[in-house]
Amino acid sequence: MRRVAITGAGTINALGHDVATTLAAMREGRCGIGPLEFRDVDRLQIRIGGQVRGWEAEAHFNRQDLALFDRFTQFTMIAARQAVTQSGLDFSGRLGLECGVVLGTAGGGVNTWDENYRTVYEDGKNRVHPFVVPKLMNNAAASHVSMEWNLRGPSFTVATACASSNHAMGLAFQMVRSGAARAMITGGSEAMLCFGGIKAWEGLRVMSKDACRPFSANRNGMVQGEGAGVFVFEDWDHAVARGADILTEVAGFAMSSDAADIVMPSQAGAERAISGALRDAGLNPADVGYVNAHGTGTAANDKTECAAVAHAFGADADRLMISSTKAMHGHLIGGTGAVELLACIMALRDGVIAPTIGYEEPDPECALDVVPNVAREAKIDAALSNAFAFGGLNAVIALKRA
Amino acid sequence: MSVKNRVIAIIAEQAVLDVDQVSPEMRLDELGIDSLGLVESVFAIEEAFDISVPFNANAPEQSGFDMTTVASIIAAVEDMVAQSA
Repeated sequence: MRRVAITGAGTINALGHDVATTLAAMREGRCGIGPLEFRDVDRLQIRIGGQVRGWEAEAHFNRQDLALFDRFTQFTMIAARQAVTQSGLDFSGRLGLECGVVLGTAGGGVNTWDENYRTVYEDGKNRVHPFVVPKLMNNAAASHVSMEWNLRGPSFTVATACASSNHAMGLAFQMVRSGAARAMITGGSEAMLCFGGIKAWEGLRVMSKDACRPFSANRNGMVQGEGAGVFVFEDWDHAVARGADILTEVAGFAMSSDAADIVMPSQAGAERAISGALRDAGLNPADVGYVNAHGTGTAANDKTECAAVAHAFGADADRLMISSTKAMHGHLIGGTGAVELLACIMALRDGVIAPTIGYEEPDPECALDVVPNVAREAKIDAALSNAFAFGGLNAVIALKRA
Repeated sequence: MSVKNRVIAIIAEQAVLDVDQVSPEMRLDELGIDSLGLVESVFAIEEAFDISVPFNANAPEQSGFDMTTVASIIAAVEDMVAQSA
């Protein structure tokens, strides 16, 4: 089995348009959630979100690209460009045959669906743009990444709701570890902050109207975000041989299924994924200093997740730091694990633990060190990133300091 | 149909029971209505009476809309219908 290095990272989200800005915001505990701005927002009950601000697609893509790139693809391409540039890899020759791309998204081109349904249903038009299908399909982003960088190995998209990115990155990790690929571009993207996207979520009655406050006793629901996180996972020896800067090591991954309920999480299922990731990475609970929580700010997730972490870590849960960065960037649904992996990289590489902002009242059912409101300096050797999806699909990634 | 009978019909449908098996003093949990069933019931009530029910699934007990029993729902809906009239 080969070791796996992360040699490139990129992102765009409500906290910033690149990794440096995003990590600076996480360090400062800045909140990227604010009033939503898009057509018909006044018809919504929920009017806040972690929206990407100041985004000018025309500055980054030409007319032909824009005709084919939904917002979730645009975000992916920007993040992928940053990650590939940082890695210094050139896929144009033989290397491209041994590399691929696995990305996560829950909804794919939601804005494209929304705009074109509006065209035919509300505006009564009988014709839509010829590229609607290739623009909205869930694999559009992965395919455009493969074309842009000449990646001709295994490439596909994973859709497991809120765990999509973690499942995607876990599969990419397994492919590099097994030798099936030399390097993989991986992560995920989501862009469902539009009228239809939020209207659908409103129906579940789990969204907050004012703020995302994970683990806080007065939390009242989740807040959606948008954006992308993309990484280069590379064969460790390949990275070392070319003198690449290794950000962190991907050490383990586990997934589990609750097989129980379409929306309610299960402690046992989450716990099996957490313990499985530790085992897969060859880590003991005592080795892990930080867990980036799924931490949605809903009653159901937060208490179930804390119970699962407490049980999986046993006595070590008492000194473990666990935070949810969703209070800053919102819940990026299928892209969330990718942006949250950045908090783990920051913890391991820079020794800074991102805080859980918006924390106001302790909840006895979430009695862990949630790093409330203010970032903390700590030298740690290993970190986990949790993602638990609707449908009971759990995916946990373990990272080690390089 | 009265508000009471319409609410009972909605709850009975959610609980997969006949309307005569649902009476006002019954609790929703004893009728087997889970969290998803609650959210669906709220939706059906909103559609039936053209009202907006303040219900947050994160904290049903703090929503200002008491969904503990069939009777408490009937009372709350009668209130809201009266206010919107």
